[in-house]
Amino acid sequence: MLSFNQDCWFVRKVVRWRALASIAWSVLLLPATTTLFVFLVRFSLFHPVEWISECFGLLTAASTIFSLILLCGVVLVIGFFNLEGYTVVPSIPCSRVALLAKVLHPRQCVHSLVHCTVGMMVMWCASVMAGGRYQALGSPCTRGESADAPEVCLNEYHLFLLLAGAFIGYSHSFLGVVQNMNYVSFQIIQQYKYLRCKGSLPWVLKCSAVQSLYAVRNYVALYFFFGHIPRAWISNSLNLPIDSSVHSLDSLTGLLDFSLLYHLWISGAFLLLTWYITVLLFRIYVTEAHRFPVQSTFAEDAEQCLPKVLSEKRTLIMKFLALQDLALLSQHSPPRRQEVFSLSQPGGHPHNWNAISKECLALLSDLTQRLVAHHDAVASNGRARPPSATSDTRTTSNSSVSSAVVSGTEDLPQTPRPSVLLKTPGSVFLKSSGRGISSPLTAPFTPDLDSPFSTPSLRHLAAQQVPQQGQWLGSVQSPHIIRRGPKLWSTSTDSQANGSALASPVPTPSSPPPEQKSSFMAQWLQNRKEQVKGFMAKRVLVVYLFNKLPEASSQALFADSQAHIWALEGLSHLVAASFSEDKYGVVQTTLPSILGCMLSLQEAVDRHFKLPHASSKPVKTSCSMGDSTYKTLRFALRAALKTSIYRITSTFGEHLNAVCISAEHQKRLQQFMEYRE
Amino acid sequence: MCSLALFPPPLSGGQITLYEANNELVAGSSPDCYEKQHWDPPSLNFPRETLKPHSRPESSSKAAFLDHKDTLWMRSAGAWYMLAYICSFKELFNHCESFSFNCFFLTFRSDSAIRSFAWHPHTDKFAVALLDDSIKIYNSRSATAPTLKHRLQRNVSAMQWKPLCASALAVACHTCLLVWHVDPSSLSTRPSSGCAQVLSHPGHSPVTSVAWSPSGSLLVSASPVDTAMMVWDVAAENCVPLQRVGGGGVTNVSWSPDGSRLLAATPSALFRVWETRMWTCERWPCLKGRCQSACWSPDGSRLLFSVQGEMVIYALTFSDMTGGPKSAAVVADLSETTFSGIDDITVGGEVQSLAWDPTGERLAVLLKGSSSHPAIIAVFKTRSSPVFELLPCGFVSGEIGAEPRLIQFHPHFQHGALLTVCWSNGRISHVPFYFVSVGRPHTGGSPPLPHITSKIEDYSTTHTLYTEQIS
Repeated sequence: MLSFNQDCWFVRKVVRWRALASIAWSVLLLPATTTLFVFLVRFSLFHPVEWISECFGLLTAASTIFSLILLCGVVLVIGFFNLEGYTVVPSIPCSRVALLAKVLHPRQCVHSLVHCTVGMMVMWCASVMAGGRYQALGSPCTRGESADAPEVCLNEYHLFLLLAGAFIGYSHSFLGVVQNMNYVSFQIIQQYKYLRCKGSLPWVLKCSAVQSLYAVRNYVALYFFFGHIPRAWISNSLNLPIDSSVHSLDSLTGLLDFSLLYHLWISGAFLLLTWYITVLLFRIYVTEAHRFPVQSTFAEDAEQCLPKVLSEKRTLIMKFLALQDLALLSQHSPPRRQEVFSLSQPGGHPHNWNAISKECLALLSDLTQRLVAHHDAVASNGRARPPSATSDTRTTSNSSVSSAVVSGTEDLPQTPRPSVLLKTPGSVFLKSSGRGISSPLTAPFTPDLDSPFSTPSLRHLAAQQVPQQGQWLGSVQSPHIIRRGPKLWSTSTDSQANGSALASPVPTPSSPPPEQKSSFMAQWLQNRKEQVKGFMAKRVLVVYLFNKLPEASSQALFADSQAHIWALEGLSHLVAASFSEDKYGVVQTTLPSILGCMLSLQEAVDRHFKLPHASSKPVKTSCSMGDSTYKTLRFALRAALKTSIYRITSTFGEHLNAVCISAEHQKRLQQFMEYRE
Repeated sequence: MCSLALFPPPLSGGQITLYEANNELVAGSSPDCYEKQHWDPPSLNFPRETLKPHSRPESSSKAAFLDHKDTLWMRSAGAWYMLAYICSFKELFNHCESFSFNCFFLTFRSDSAIRSFAWHPHTDKFAVALLDDSIKIYNSRSATAPTLKHRLQRNVSAMQWKPLCASALAVACHTCLLVWHVDPSSLSTRPSSGCAQVLSHPGHSPVTSVAWSPSGSLLVSASPVDTAMMVWDVAAENCVPLQRVGGGGVTNVSWSPDGSRLLAATPSALFRVWETRMWTCERWPCLKGRCQSACWSPDGSRLLFSVQGEMVIYALTFSDMTGGPKSAAVVADLSETTFSGIDDITVGGEVQSLAWDPTGERLAVLLKGSSSHPAIIAVFKTRSSPVFELLPCGFVSGEIGAEPRLIQFHPHFQHGALLTVCWSNGRISHVPFYFVSVGRPHTGGSPPLPHITSKIEDYSTTHTLYTEQIS
């Protein structure tokens, strides 16, 4: 799962260096943010001169230097987690229980724990720099009269800040899961890194201030009710008595201290700012366009050329960057387009174009298949088909399918139209990625699964057995497509088994395949399942947890659509450019299949948008680091698809009447040529 | 360099320019006095009186233009844009006596009921934004003319149809940017406001200019009070602000037809030309005033612009080889010229807007009028090889008392160029220029032979014959 275990050249040579550079820059930015923090936290309105001189003195103090070194370590840790956790295809939980499973996943627990610790460290640095009453955990006691009084008491202010650090660290980690903060989206325009960074800095500042405000609100409420527990614990374990003459902080009078809240807020904003900057820089660096050579003169570099890279199945970031590069070259650079259209030197075959177009078409037809399968699986009222409809076909399924694969491929019936099946996608997206989080195959179909247990965690599990899964999915695409078993959540055995599989880090083929049982047993089980389902459906909590989130299925289907958008743009621009630039006519031979592919995708997309919730727009999140671009990818795809078809029709015009495509597509194309779509 | 003195004298005595054929502008006494050959875009008339007054609570005509709920700066910006002549200081200075100011303003712009006009880039369809904040869409293929109304659609200042799309229309409104999706096959005359996407960004209003990228994927919007211009991915509704220091806002954006560059004019004496690959920009400070209007040549290599306070047209030539131009060259002199005839006619002045036809052979220049002479459209022939030059073609004049307000060329007129003019009396007329284009790619793929022969026909009688031969 660790990226260091991957031996892909791209990760080794590009991604890792980019991550390192981003971390280096965030470390270099630390002194600036620290200075800002020191000035804000020591702010005093009535003594400006003292304030400034004090701040300058503090900035050169040894404690500050030590804090800075500690903060560098923190940034390194955060940067490491960014590199480990990032994904270009978000995983979208389709029900609340799936989200819960995601939050409680061991990996996520480690993530949260580390963030708590690191948050405490940052807050310790912040409290040291803030000085004054926050300086240290122990403070001299005030009741000096009694002789037996201990010298040092617990400083609750310091503890308050430390716990706030842990809380903000946890909420950062938690919100990261909920808002898919590890998702890295690509910008709609290309900009230089410096300018992009400069443009987003004000936004990041605002974001951290606002998020810190929310965190402070929640933390203060939490501390008011439960603050005495950690205080007593620390006081006991460190043998620091609580100073009873000072107001304790979990009271109204203690918490309504304006300067305390201000310091808390500023410190929280400082903490979030350093982390957000790390995230921002990482995103900017990792999504920077990379230029792949179209063809290479040396055989050993052939691995790194665009046609080869496009067919990459495991390193999704490389595939995405390659598709982006394809879209850019098709729009902006005629000499590179020439290379695409060129013929191989001995033999005269258009290998480059063939490889590129084949890969793009495979991507698109894969999406078409997914959409058609989804549409067939969902009845018109938005619910999944009853299990009985599929149970009879279960006998065909491979008997040793592991639960992970079942969850991924269920509801993938044979596509009704043969035209769609023409392309057997050697698609990347059906195979698992090397990175655990982003196996897009499972994502799209979980929505109708109704099996929340299987969503995120199993995806992690599934990813660990890449080769096997690859085989599985290969077999899935064969004409005897496995119909899946009954609904998992609604019924007893499977879901129980899946649930238990959650905790185990090894992917165990948990559910004994139902085919091995006799038909009588199957019938009996079926009845029991119906009963359990009926019983469970009446419980409000269960319904709440297991109900599908609206829109989630659509979002999950289109989670990786950025790749399709680039494929569409790249193809259509190349085809349009071929009208005048393609000397040998290499594009003409594939034009019918390109048009056919786009038109069937268009049909599938149109049908998908007729489903309930498919065309409802997501609510805009105002100020958070989580990137919600994936929520609107389906709209972007629909627009890009139409534009691409129009680009081809407007370039070729009447010539398209001579292209051999099916009558249905011809009719559709005519609509486009008359600008009626 | 071309000057107005080389032009044939403008028409007088109520004559109306009808069309250009065989290198001459033909005039007539009424717009209907010649035969229409192919699809003729409807000549529409929107008299000011027929429009309903504003339905907003403060229904005085002053409030129609300046919403008093806005801040002073917003109002000044709005006033600044709509005036187009008067810099925003005036609104600030005249704040106390803004009533008189607004009266002046009303007499200036409100004489025309048409706020904006946009041809569809691919089909015979256009949209007209009217003074009552509604937009009407006319289509050659259907009799229904849908009317678009939206709660947020106020003070429409610009519209543009999305290229490579049949239905999307971006509308720059007072508070936001609306993108209408008007289904071309729908028979509804009042599309619901659910068909409109609302794009807004804090601080980015009033939106005064929109420009779609020619590839149809991006939309750029600009506001004179926001120093950042927004690049929108409309479908996904997310935007990237592009900010540069200086200029104090962006008043006008215009994308070069090949999509490689974008002009962004600011309210101060500065404009920027962005290249759209890495989105860097070069600054072009003007000496005199702000960039008043600009247009790109069809191949995107040349930018013509005019500067406030100067009666000339400048040209900038971009090429990828030489690394861009160093300075702008003056290509036309539009200073006031008096033609002596039966009665002396004076033409000339500052440029209000420029329009270049898609074949790159005609350039229409809308010259501002003054108290002594009305606004007028001068049409140039353009030639780009061996050297770029403008040649005189003629003046386009309308009915008596009507001044041109907006000009736009039809994007794909088959027989030359078609100039659409919105007049101050609410009339929209279309002036065809029949000529044989040199550079136009012929969609049929056959060489344009039959066209050449028609050139030698007799001038006076051949109008019908000429176009028959073309079709």
